[in-house]
Formats: sequence, structure tokens, C-alpha cells
Amino acid sequence: MNGLTFDIAHLLAGGLVLVSFMMLYQDRLFALINVFALHAVVLALSVAWQAYVQDAHHLYVTAAIALIFKAIVIPVGLHRIIQRIGIHRDIETAVGIGPTMLAGIGLVALSMVLMLRVTPEADPLAREDLAFALSIILLGLLVMVTRRNAVSQVVGFMSLENGLVLAATGAKGMPLVVEISVAFSILIAFIVIGVFLFRIRERFDSVDVGALDDYRGERR
Amino acid sequence: MTSIVALLLWGAAAFLGTAMLAVAVSRRGSATHLVYGATLGISAVMFAIATAALTGDPAGVSPVTLPLGLPWIGAHFRLDALSAFFLVVVNLGGTVASLYGLGYGHHEPAPHRVLPFFPAFLAGMNMVVLADDAFTFLLSWEFMSLASWALVMAHHREQDNTRAGYIYLVMASFGTLALLLAFGLLAGPDGTYTFDAMRAAEPSRFAAAAALVLMLLGAGSKAGLVPLHVWLPLAHPAAPSHVSALMSGVMTKVAVYGFLRVVFDLLGEPAWWSGVVVLFLGGLTAVLGILYALMEKDLKRLLAYSTIENIGVIFVSLGLALAFKANAMPSAAALALTAALFHVLNHSFFKSLLFFGAGAVLTATGERNMEKLGGLIHRMPLTSFVFLVGCVSISALPPFNGFVSEWLAFQAILQSPDLPQWGLKVMVPAVGGLLALSAALAAACFVKAFGITFLGRPRSAAVEQAQEVDRYALAAMFTLAALCLLAGILPGLVIDGLSPVTLSLIGSRMPVQMAQPWLSIVPIAESRSSYNGLLVFVFIAISASLAAFVIHRFASHALRRGPAWGCGFPDVTPAAQYTAVSFAQPIRRVFGTFAFRAREKVEMPPPGATAPARLTVEIHDVVWETFYQPITGAVGYATEKLNRLQFLTIRRYLTLVFLYLVTLLLVLALWP
Repeated sequence: MNGLTFDIAHLLAGGLVLVSFMMLYQDRLFALINVFALHAVVLALSVAWQAYVQDAHHLYVTAAIALIFKAIVIPVGLHRIIQRIGIHRDIETAVGIGPTMLAGIGLVALSMVLMLRVTPEADPLAREDLAFALSIILLGLLVMVTRRNAVSQVVGFMSLENGLVLAATGAKGMPLVVEISVAFSILIAFIVIGVFLFRIRERFDSVDVGALDDYRGERR
Repeated sequence: MTSIVALLLWGAAAFLGTAMLAVAVSRRGSATHLVYGATLGISAVMFAIATAALTGDPAGVSPVTLPLGLPWIGAHFRLDALSAFFLVVVNLGGTVASLYGLGYGHHEPAPHRVLPFFPAFLAGMNMVVLADDAFTFLLSWEFMSLASWALVMAHHREQDNTRAGYIYLVMASFGTLALLLAFGLLAGPDGTYTFDAMRAAEPSRFAAAAALVLMLLGAGSKAGLVPLHVWLPLAHPAAPSHVSALMSGVMTKVAVYGFLRVVFDLLGEPAWWSGVVVLFLGGLTAVLGILYALMEKDLKRLLAYSTIENIGVIFVSLGLALAFKANAMPSAAALALTAALFHVLNHSFFKSLLFFGAGAVLTATGERNMEKLGGLIHRMPLTSFVFLVGCVSISALPPFNGFVSEWLAFQAILQSPDLPQWGLKVMVPAVGGLLALSAALAAACFVKAFGITFLGRPRSAAVEQAQEVDRYALAAMFTLAALCLLAGILPGLVIDGLSPVTLSLIGSRMPVQMAQPWLSIVPIAESRSSYNGLLVFVFIAISASLAAFVIHRFASHALRRGPAWGCGFPDVTPAAQYTAVSFAQPIRRVFGTFAFRAREKVEMPPPGATAPARLTVEIHDVVWETFYQPITGAVGYATEKLNRLQFLTIRRYLTLVFLYLVTLLLVLALWP
């Protein structure tokens, strides 16, 4: 592998981490969804680059799935859901933006240290990819943990799944079936969560998951 | 030609088939006859096969491997002298219990809760004894535990039975965990689970010691070693009486089998201190068990505590055998092991007999509390007679069988001065003293059990209406009583029958006894000691008949019934009789302060007041309070604290998972 292909792969994966960071400080729902669409676009680019580098044509299909579903269908769907149910469009955070960003930096450092330690013999490209993928997964979890709003939790979950796809494409020889099934399971999860969102909205006039806790008679 | 093991496995399968059948038919009226008839037939056949295998050449029996269980291991089954002997015990117990059940089962209020599990229980016990790899052993062991648990819970609506079942379940799981760890240690890093491989492997000294301790915990909790006995006096009486007999008389013996199989067979050469540990636990168990029994006024629970005492006696003999084996004294070890196995057989006879008797009393009167019984000898003369035989046997009085095995144990104790280690030299006579004490206390206990239950005047209306039990129950009890007497006057036959077992475990045997003139038994040499049960029996029979003849011939024939001296008290009710508690009072005074922290309090009203004076006795279960209450307290505290985790918000749950993940990753990153 020459230096340029490696650098481009590195750039795209690093860009994905950067976009994950962008998610952390969004405080408007639409902006968050747009950033998520950007996340999916960068993912699609990264997967396509991997397909080119590894000369694995089925990865182009994965890239197309990412682009169509995650960059277009799901963000558009989320936009429409938000418009239909007419909720507040600002996100109530459980932890402030500053501490969240600091925690995100810590998580990225952790995943770098960890991955570089446990995979000394692996292919450098796969190694970098895995380190970035783990950071994206942890950042996605962080988004889910620090937001009270159900839609932002869905977005966090989806970006977490992007990290999984990145890790899977970094490793050579991953069969297409696995990726397709992962993509479809995400789509189904999206549908289920969408229905669920409507149900919460119907009952509580809000998609703040805190309402569920109030309903269960508990303090936050 | 199919091997004997395959035949026995077919028997176990037949038991399981009977259990299935029982599920289907248990609500019909004829189910009791059908199921107990089937188990009676199967147990009798298995008993015959096992006896033939024990007296024949067990080494020639080929093992069987079935493609069951873990896929790369299979299920191994094998029959050797040890398992053949325990099969005899299990199936003889099963046969008489089925015979008893034929009659007793008709009084069962919920037969569909008993019938399916009874054959399954028998199948489980048979399979434990036949198993030849750790996986099959543990699986059968758990099956046996669960089947017996279901039987304990048969009358789950009665007071305290649910608690008994719960404690039994917890203790059984704990015991199986200990066994699992013991086998894991024996299997070594290669994970060879067959007993053959374990026998061939030489465990390190640490592994052998740990395995011994774990076996004491695992098999000991099933057998009822103090302080692991707490479930036994709760669970055994809770089951229907023929099942109580099986659990006390047979299942505890299966636990002894597990201990013997691992410690004597698989572990290789024992260390001398292992004898000390087993001796100490055995002696403690014997004395504490019988002291508990003496304090008890529930008849079946008294019998359960007495089981603990007998397990103690067996473990004392086993500890002696270990000590002698470790010091290369094979003949003495063979003597001690024979004593232990003989007592295993004897206890299965008389404990089953006594539980059957207690069950007969229970069906006739509906009462287990001895303070409400009394005078049953007039209502149930046959039951009283066989119960008396059981009491005499368990009190180790000649010419019955209990005497022979305890006498053999004492003969083995008398060999202890030849032991080289001073620890053992001092320990063994002390344990001998404990054994003698427990034998004497056992006699007192069964004088109480028989006297309060069957003698005196009836203490409640139900007892006055009592009827003799049915023929099947009587047949089962008389069979066992006859076996008690036979084993007592023909001990040589049993000792010679046990010789293949001692040969296979110790490599030595007791001298051939049937060659001795007049059915004497001579454990070591004629010059040291010998016993002749037949002679004692004939002497007792002749002197008793002579006395009876003299009395009837020369004494007055007039029958007089006079009023009993009531200490000047005008209206003597049956409640004013000597009670179980008053019988045990002197013993409680002597031992109670340290064994039970017993305290007596007298409330005397001031002169002139009309209030009655009261004597209250406070008894503590020291073992429960020392070992179990702190554990239950800690578990309760922890659950109360952890209960909060049930009511977190969704985001907090996510946060918990997230933090846990990050912590794990941190550990991975920082681990050197």
C-alpha cells in the first residue's frame, strides 16, 4: 500500500471521528440530524475508498447502502417525524457541552491507546481503522447517555452503528451478507423506534424520556 | 449378551418410564397400585442383579458408554464392588419403600405430587452409583436432589414445608457447587472427566487437600455432617413417610458413596491429616446429632436428627480407615471400612423401619408430636413391636445389627495405639469417647421415642381411635425387622460380602468370617476379641422364656388394675404423664448449656397471688446462629441495597452500561 491511499483512508476515518464530535455539541434537533447525514456520507466515502483499496467490489454495495439509507432515507424520515409530531426542537442535555467534549476527547484517547496496544501485529490500515471505529462507537454511546431527548438517543445509536460498519469494512474478507443484515436490522430498529416515538408523543406530548420516568412515579 | 451394567441401566430407564407413566395416570384411583407395584418389581430385580454382582466377580463386568451428555465425552457407566454394594443398599431400600407405599400411598392427599417423583428419585440414586464420569455423576446427583426436593414439597401447603424446601434447595445447590469444584480440581487442566483418567492422574498435594475439603462440603452437606446438616431435619420429615425413609436411609448413603468414590478411589494415597479432619467432623456430628434428637418432640424430626448421628458414626469409621490407609495398615483399614459399610447397610435397615413406623403412627393418628401420642401399644401392637425392634437395633443393643457395626468400629478404634502420628494417637481415643457417648445418648433417645409414643396412656382423642395399619406397610416393616435380626446374628455373612469392596479400595480384607465355628466373628484374632450374635440371641431367648415361664407358672394369675399414684393430685389426666421434654430434661441440664445455650427461667408469683408459676426453657440452635444467620443477614442486606437498581431511569441504565464498558476498556488499556 502506498502512502497516499493510506493517508486518504486515514483522513476519511478521522473525518468520521470529527463529525462524531460535531454531534456532541449540537443543541438543535434538525442540526443534529444534518450532522448525522454528514456522518453517513463520510462513512459511505470511507467504505467506498476501502472498496477501491482492497479491490473488493461488494464493499461498493455497502457504501451505497450507507449513502441511500443512512444519509438520505433515515434523516429525511426523522425530519418528517419531527415535523409531524411538532416537538420542541432544542435538545435538553443532561451534561453540559464542555464536560461532554472533554469526556469525548478522553474516550478517543482511550480507544487509541487500547487499540494500538492490543493490535501490534495487525495491518496498519486495519489498526487505525479499528481505533477510529472504537472511538466512534464510544462517542455514539456518549451521545445516547448525555441527551434526554429520545430522537437524539436514536441518532446516537445510529452513529454507533456507523462505527461498527467502519470496523467491519476495515477488516478484509467481511462477507456482504453480514453488512446487509446489519443495515436492515438498523432500518428495522429505526422503524420500531419511530413507531415508539409516536406512541410516546401521543401519550405524553413530549419525546423527552424523562416523561416516562415521571410516569413511572420516579424522581430523576 | 448384554452386560450387567446395561441391564442395570435398563432398570434405571424403567424407573424413568414409570415416572412418565405416573404423570399420565396419577389422578386415577389405581395409580398408586400401578406405580408402587412397578417400582417394587424393578427395585427387586435391580437388587437381585446387584447382589449377584457383589457376590460374583465384579471385576469382570464391562463398562458401558452411552452417547449422551457432553458430545465429546459421552456418558460412562461402570459397576465395581463399591457401586454394587451401594446398589444393594439403594434397591433394597427402594423395594421395601415401594412395598410400604402400596398401602401408605392410599392415605396420600395429593398422589399426583408424589407418584411421578418417587420412581424418578429411585432412578437418580441408581444412576449416581453407576456413573463413571464426573459429568454423569453430577447430572445424576442433581437429578436425585431435584426429585427429592419435589417430594419434600409434596405437601407444600403445610406449615414450614416451603421453608424446608427452600433451605434444602439452597444447601443442595451449594453441595453440588462444591462437588463441581472438586471434580474440576481432579480433572486437571486437560479436563478429563472420566473416573479412569482421574484415578490414573496424580493430583498435587494441594489439589488433593482441596478436593478432600470440597468433598467434605459437597457430600457432607448431602449426608448431613455438622455444620452442614441444617436442611436435613427440616426436609426429611416434610416428605411423605416412605420418602423420608428413602431420604434418610438411602440418599444419605448415596452421599457417603460419593465421598468414598472420590476420597478412597480417585484421590490416590491419602495424607494422614485427612483422617484427623474426617474423624473430628464425624465425632462432632455424632454427638451433636443425637443431642438435637434428644431435645426434639416431633417423632419424624427426631428420626432425622438421629440420621445425622449415624452419619457421624459412619464418618468416624471412614476417618479411621483413612488414617490407617495413610499409614499402610491395611488390615486395620479394612476393619474400619467394613465397620463403616456395615453401618451404612444397618442404618438403611433400621432408619427405614423407624420412618415406616412413624408413618404408620402418622396415618393412624394424624399426629407427629410425641407429646400428643402415647399408649399406642394397645392400639397398634404389631407396629409397636417392629418399632421396638428398630429402636433396639439403632440403640446398638445385641443381638441386633446395630451392635455389630458399632462394635466393629470400636475394634478399629482399639487399633489406634499402633498409629505413628501423635495427633492421631491422641485424637482417636477422644473420638472413641465421643462415639461411646453418642451411643449411650442414642439409647436414651430411643427409649424416649418408644416410651412416649407407644407406652403410657393416650394423650389425645385421635390416639384413642387409632387403628393398626394395612398389610403392605406391616409386611415392609416386618421384612426390615427380620433383616435387622438376621444381620445381627449372621454378621459374618455381611462382613464376607463386603470383602470385595475393601479389597478394591484398600487392597486388603477382614479374615473370612463364615469359616469361624458357630457363626462367631473375629475381627483380628481370637485372642483379642470375638462376638457371637447367635449365642447372645439364644441366651436372651432362653433366659427370657425361662423368666416368662417362671412368672406365669409360679406367680399369681389374678389380673389387677389399680389406680396410679398421682402424688396426691386428685384428677390425674393423661397430660400429667411423663413427657418427652421431661424425659430429656436431665440430659439438657448436663449438655444443654454449651450445646444449645439453654437457659431455664422460673417465674414464681409472689405469695398469695393466684397466678401460676411458670418454667420457661430457652434453647438456641447454635450452629444456625453462628454459621447461617450472618450469611442470611449479609445476603438480605446486599439485596436490599441492590434493589435500588431495579428502579433507575433508562438513561441511568445506559450510563451504567457505558461506564462499565469504559471501565473494562480502561482496565484492558492499563493492564501491564
